[in-house]
Amino acid sequence: MLEGPLTAPESAPESYVFDAAVPRRGSLARDDLREGFASWRLAWALARLDLRNRYRGSVIGPFWLTLSTAAMLLGLGLLYARLLGISLQDYLPHLAVSLVVWNVIAGMVADACTTMTASEGVIRQLRVPFTVHVLRGVFRNALTAAHSLPLILVVLLLFDRMPGAEALLAVPGLALLLANAFFASLLLGMICARFRDIGPIVTNVMQLAFFMTPILWKPELLKELAVWLPLNPFYAVLETVRGPLVEGGGSPLAWLAAVLYTAALGVVSVAFFVRFRGRLAFWV
Amino acid sequence: MAPIGSAPIGPGPVEAALIEASGLRVEFPLYHLGARSLKKRLLARANPRVKTDESNRVVVGALADLSFRIGSGERVALIGRNGAGKTTLLRALAGIYEPVGGRLRVEGAVGTLIDPSAGMDGDSTGRENIRLRALYRNLDPAGQAALEADVVAFAGLAEFMDVPIKGYSAGMAVRLAFAIATAMQPQILLMDEWFLAGDAGFMEKAEARLAGLVSAADILVIATHDMAVVRRWCTRAIHLEAGRIVADGPVEPVIEGMLAGVG
Repeated sequence: MLEGPLTAPESAPESYVFDAAVPRRGSLARDDLREGFASWRLAWALARLDLRNRYRGSVIGPFWLTLSTAAMLLGLGLLYARLLGISLQDYLPHLAVSLVVWNVIAGMVADACTTMTASEGVIRQLRVPFTVHVLRGVFRNALTAAHSLPLILVVLLLFDRMPGAEALLAVPGLALLLANAFFASLLLGMICARFRDIGPIVTNVMQLAFFMTPILWKPELLKELAVWLPLNPFYAVLETVRGPLVEGGGSPLAWLAAVLYTAALGVVSVAFFVRFRGRLAFWV
Repeated sequence: MAPIGSAPIGPGPVEAALIEASGLRVEFPLYHLGARSLKKRLLARANPRVKTDESNRVVVGALADLSFRIGSGERVALIGRNGAGKTTLLRALAGIYEPVGGRLRVEGAVGTLIDPSAGMDGDSTGRENIRLRALYRNLDPAGQAALEADVVAFAGLAEFMDVPIKGYSAGMAVRLAFAIATAMQPQILLMDEWFLAGDAGFMEKAEARLAGLVSAADILVIATHDMAVVRRWCTRAIHLEAGRIVADGPVEPVIEGMLAGVG
């Protein structure tokens, strides 16, 4: 028996008008983004479900990721400090921040490719803003990241390298990272739904990027070539978090590059979304 | 089970529901032929003979040049053989498939019964799935509680409500999905014929609930093969053939025309 009225529509507006001659793509995309962000509770609930389902039955759940990162830090730290001839006190804090943040970036990019295809069932049956699927991926990865970010603190404490007040700059750095995750999920989620070959290409690019970006090695090892590093978007975004935590701030050039890359990615992904949002239901 | 349409529709003044389409065209790109592969696309571009059309993709016209107007109070059946475009039209009306041509105007809160299990999570319990659906529908806490109470009462799953739905029998899964999907009162009800499943005892309950839903909706559009359903519930039938309207009008003449065409 019904207690109250169940009259709210399936998140659809009361009236829906579409005219192919006047597609109003811009305003439809804006509505999607606005309604999607307004439904953040849904995205959050879905993200938590994803995490719970992924680690169902596992005793320590997402902390497996923390453990494996810790093991990797220990192994790579000991080996590469020796190979590169750097003291462990200098190397491990750098490696800890770099590796943890890189894992977050890599996880987000990998997930970005399946943003839309993984939600195929919902996309083809219910009218839910596409932005919800994007936010779901971003939240899921942010939750995962929250399990391994404390490792950085442990290493910094262990080596007595606690940063000063400049560490607060890592907050806008992480915000940039989140913005990039959102835009990348929007863009890659659509492109990968349309062209199923892009996924493997992205995997390869990320593998290459891991070695081309100063994660295992420190930027200063490049000597005079280091001035070219800001051309690498991954370096720029990484540096906005790493700089404040282990280098006393991070170079202004890296910050500028990171902001520019984020803005460029934002413009491209939103433009793509505006143009192809209506086709997405046919792609998945 | 009392019909659940006793509550007034919507918070504001009730406006007449309306569906209006003119020259509606929906096209389905056929990606699974291999055209989705970037490699194929690049190869095709290098070799102009492989090209099929100017945009270099195989397109199927799922709906071509549909014009109709469905006013408040109408009960419309979409009939036609498999692949005629019935479900595609439902999805277009629901705002899921965006048309490539023509105009579409849908006024009123739309409720869809296309796939019962859409948005369900197999690892979650029945109760968790209800809450998830409440989020999908943007319900406030009061609406969420009402949805839960309604679904629990109707599905009759008792203690299974707190078991992950992966552990349900097929019949139980259908009951829950049906109860969740039908716990709404839209002005425009878009329905596919999936609901004719379930055990006999449940079917009676289900029919009563559907009948309540249908009678309280301003507009019903149902895609079906079952002429008994058409005759019982509908006031108008639209016969689709290969994405075009062959006949549109009162139920009997349209059904006769279709059966004559098949026979």
